[in-house]
Amino acid sequence: MASTIRVRAINSGDTTEVQALIQHPMDSGFVKDAKGEIIPPHFIQQLTFEHGGKTVFLANWGAAVSKDPYVKFAFKGGAKGDELKISWIDNKGASDSTTAKIA
Amino acid sequence: MSLSSDRSFVTRRLVLQGAGAVALIGLGNLPTAVPALAAANDKYPEDAFKQKSDADAIKALYGKAAEASDKVKLDAPEIAENGAVVPIAVATTLADVSSISFLVSENPNALAASYMIPAGTVPAVANRLKMAKTCNVIAIVESSGKLYSATKEVKVTVGGCGG
Repeated sequence: MASTIRVRAINSGDTTEVQALIQHPMDSGFVKDAKGEIIPPHFIQQLTFEHGGKTVFLANWGAAVSKDPYVKFAFKGGAKGDELKISWIDNKGASDSTTAKIA
Repeated sequence: MSLSSDRSFVTRRLVLQGAGAVALIGLGNLPTAVPALAAANDKYPEDAFKQKSDADAIKALYGKAAEASDKVKLDAPEIAENGAVVPIAVATTLADVSSISFLVSENPNALAASYMIPAGTVPAVANRLKMAKTCNVIAIVESSGKLYSATKEVKVTVGGCGG
């Protein structure tokens, strides 16, 4: 299966800008389905970005983050061709990870 | 026998010195002085995400209150047509930022997202949040162990919680 994580990391000068888009339902646990039954909560809790063995960004998410979440940040350092490791884990213990090359 | 008592003496002195150092750090109000709180380490702050009101969530996450600051720039729309996807970004000119958090005051659980900003990462984040109805969005920036906030009301025409 293709990765649930899509990342674009672009280095310009001394900073690297990272944009990530993840496929995940991010069910809050407050929404009912067509039968009127509550859809149980299912959302990503932690999303980690690592560069050179160091965590450069850590997101703690609640159920209020939108479906198919998007996040953008930037960090100092990083060079073209460097690897950026991205991983997430959700409240059901599922997880995914990928590596992206900085462009 | 005398050797072992000597050793325990040394150990005790080290422990006391350690305690003194912790007390000094506490007085200096450095961010490292609150390792017991979820915001200061990598652990998922489960408790803070369960709090209903924004004030309780900030307290559970950081253990202190925030003061409003114009150095926190919160970028959110005036009107969000779809409460399920509200683009919200925050940036700050404050130095030594260690975390940035987003709260939506009228959501069932106020805390939406909390980001750890290690040294070397630019203190600015953009993301998309769900909003149940028209209410205040609060951004909290932790800088040098103090909390600064910015608040903006976002009008929501269709709520993001599926009624």
